[in-house]
Amino acid sequence: MTEISAADVAVPVVLRVNGNEYRISAEPRRTLADALRDDCGLTGTHLGCEHGVCGACTVLLDGEPVRSCLLFAVQAQSAEIRTVEGLAAADGTLHPLQEAFWRHHGLQCGFCTPGFLMLSAGVLETRPDIGDEELREALSSNLCRCTGYQTIVEAVQSVRDAGEA
Amino acid sequence: MSWVGRSIRRVEDPTLLCGAGMFVGDIGGAAAVRFIRSPVASGLIGGVHGPAYTIADLDADGVGNIEAVLHRPDYVRLAQPLLARERVRYVGEPVAVVVGATAAEAEDLAEQVELDIEPLPAAVGLEAALAPDAPLVHPAESESNVMVAGEMATPGLVEALEAAHVIVELEIVSGRQAALPLEARGSHAVTERFGGRTTLHASIQAPHMVRTVICDLLGMPEADLRVVAPDVGGAFGQKLPLAREDAVLVWLSRRLGRAVAWIEDRSENLMASWHSREQRYRLRAGFDVGAHLEALQADVAANVGAWPCYPITWGVEPLMALAELPGPYTPEHYGVRSRGIASHTCPMSPYRGVSRPVITLALERLMDIAAARLGVDPVEIRRRNLQSDFPHISPTGLRHDEGTYREAMELAVSHVDLGAFRARQSAARAAGGPQPGIGICTFSERTGYGTPAFAARAMGVTPGFENVEMSMDPSGYVTLRIGASPHGQGLETALSQIVADELGTDPSRVRVVASDTDRTPYGWGSFASRAMVLAGGATHLAAQKLAAQLGSLAAEVLEAAADDIVLADGRATVAGTSVGVDIAELARIAHHHTQRLPAGAVPGLSANAGYDPGGTFSNACHVAEVEVDPDTGGVSMRRFVVVEDAGRLINPMIADGQIRGGVAQGIANALLEEVVYDEDGNILTTSLMDYLPPTVAEIPDIEIMHLETLSDATVTGAKGLGEGGTIGAPAAVLNAVNDALAHLGVELNEMPATPERVRAAVRAAAGGNSAGETNRSTQEAPVQ
Repeated sequence: MTEISAADVAVPVVLRVNGNEYRISAEPRRTLADALRDDCGLTGTHLGCEHGVCGACTVLLDGEPVRSCLLFAVQAQSAEIRTVEGLAAADGTLHPLQEAFWRHHGLQCGFCTPGFLMLSAGVLETRPDIGDEELREALSSNLCRCTGYQTIVEAVQSVRDAGEA
Repeated sequence: MSWVGRSIRRVEDPTLLCGAGMFVGDIGGAAAVRFIRSPVASGLIGGVHGPAYTIADLDADGVGNIEAVLHRPDYVRLAQPLLARERVRYVGEPVAVVVGATAAEAEDLAEQVELDIEPLPAAVGLEAALAPDAPLVHPAESESNVMVAGEMATPGLVEALEAAHVIVELEIVSGRQAALPLEARGSHAVTERFGGRTTLHASIQAPHMVRTVICDLLGMPEADLRVVAPDVGGAFGQKLPLAREDAVLVWLSRRLGRAVAWIEDRSENLMASWHSREQRYRLRAGFDVGAHLEALQADVAANVGAWPCYPITWGVEPLMALAELPGPYTPEHYGVRSRGIASHTCPMSPYRGVSRPVITLALERLMDIAAARLGVDPVEIRRRNLQSDFPHISPTGLRHDEGTYREAMELAVSHVDLGAFRARQSAARAAGGPQPGIGICTFSERTGYGTPAFAARAMGVTPGFENVEMSMDPSGYVTLRIGASPHGQGLETALSQIVADELGTDPSRVRVVASDTDRTPYGWGSFASRAMVLAGGATHLAAQKLAAQLGSLAAEVLEAAADDIVLADGRATVAGTSVGVDIAELARIAHHHTQRLPAGAVPGLSANAGYDPGGTFSNACHVAEVEVDPDTGGVSMRRFVVVEDAGRLINPMIADGQIRGGVAQGIANALLEEVVYDEDGNILTTSLMDYLPPTVAEIPDIEIMHLETLSDATVTGAKGLGEGGTIGAPAAVLNAVNDALAHLGVELNEMPATPERVRAAVRAAAGGNSAGETNRSTQEAPVQ
């Protein structure tokens, strides 16, 4: 049998996600992404590489875009976490970024979309007047295999220009 | 007003935008499966020790082997086990499988499994696999690594080459690439405790085909297996063939009586999913004094990996090259030998464009090199050689329907203002430093082909047709069930536009059901730029039938002639009058007041249709503008223009999305992406830090213009376009890189044109040393 280490023994973890509190039991080695998906049932956060490269798992941690595949759930305990499930209003009204991605055809298969939405939300909330070049630089954090990116950039620019984020 | 032709927003999007999509990894509630994979490229299996299932367990249950067959005398037939039996043939080949309560536990279990494998010499690259003393990948079945070898020549080829004014020879090499869907593969299988029916959810492109082959392998009736492709996070061909893993999942779930899930990780995906494109083309082309391509001879070798893919086989890349190499040009004489060469590497599947990105790279480099040799402008040489009489029958018998090869090119080059570019380029050459270059690519994209085209390949399984089932419910809403299996393309939206036009309803009243073998008619799925033509054509035909039913019912209700009924804006009206009835009211009558139906009419409103066309050709011209730094070898994209003719556009926004995404992949294929093995067959690119898909920083905005030549070969007038972006972009980019460095005498005919290769080409042109390895064009290019 494999030796049991402290990292394999589940501990109580409290996560605050989209304003809700989730009391879960997680091994210290459990990533935030796995905890969100498997323990909180928030499967909108996707895993594309688990190496911190593709950004599909991007969520907001105290307003900052982070790779949830590179964080342990226990590290996120004191933070306010936001995921794609929290973007739209409670009555179902889409967030301006969701509307813009829809209008500009900023998604095809939709697998990278939650990561891009959270990345964009984090960027625009902290830098509402971000310039085109810096915005491109920021969006180069994440990978999309379907769109060729242009429509994603246009979608985010349109929200920035309208001052809606 | 017509819905077809309008860029309406996609019905697919709200769910995906809210993170409410259902991908395989989101299903949950299953034990985790992990495959133990070969760490060596070639070897004999001495034993598998630990808590794992192996091929012995599958054999004991009578599970069969995969047989991907082409009925050709030159094709080597193999029986492929679902897990390696006796021998491993590539790094990453599945040898054993473990099941754990969680993914972490399955990984822990996998670490306890020991593989006892005696390594053998491996044949990795094309040259190694073709060497006279090459280690054989399938020594029991074949005395060489040549697994398929197609050959043809038109009479008079040799004489035509001898008579040519100028002979141009060149060698084109494409590195090995991966389709790299952002969601890796995965599957989830659950078997009902009572009744024993199994449901497989899998990230795939062709659920009906997968149901058939898994049931054949496991010896079970198809009625007992439901296959569902839920939301699929990109595929691009990699999810078209049967995954051995998916078949093992069904077996495990039935054997264990529990739900099991396999979620491929990114390293597995890069190592052991499917690769493509590792090809070498040697061309010998004869031009007359007027720069017309008179004769074309080619020797094509494709490294097809260790096993064929089902059902497409490993003939797909070499035989597509054989059949389609003349491309948009019109050589009277054509000869080709095209071989698929097995090696101890990951098997190949079709990837967006299949062979055509390399075919097009070969032809378009040929045109630019010939233009320089003959002292003709690159635009002018294409002008003289592109197809312009239609239908055009190629030397291999392919019928090209009407296209706009020349017109697309003229529009593209006038849009970019070539004169102004050349002035900028002259200034940059005088100044030194980074150099601008421009590259043109014209190409045809064979799309929307049905059974006849696949039958010509003599496949063991012949794909082709698409069927749809359409019904209108009592509320007047339409349900359309399709055999195609869209996964992000927007097909549901586009089909709803076709239905809306035929039935005079609104697209929001159409629901498309797809990708579930329990709920859809048998079909072949989404691949080969076919779904819009095939499923769209079948939808068009079914909608016409349903419209006729509505028309005759309306005629009865309105006491008018059926021919006078017009369906529009949700109403059936008598032409030229305001007399009419709501279509929703007709739907009620058809179900709830069937006593009012015309005599002999069947209650309800439903229609089925199938469609199986011979195929059509889209065409496009791409123009790429790059900047190349001769000192670093770095290439940056400055501009990219596409003029596309895909026939009738159903939803231009969706069409543009396909083009942009395809071009982005093509640019990355041209400059960045390469799967690299060392000479022992160890794969060196198993993360996204080593295999480099592009970010937004590498992809420019794509300027798109459309021509719309309605196809006479399809019922909607539409042609497919899903692959074109990826087909044309590599050649446009490579031509641009060569143009940027032409004044230095550089010739670079290998993709991806990485900084190392660009630098090597610059050094070679400067008369330096050590560049011969990568600058293939400096070598002689004999054609046997």
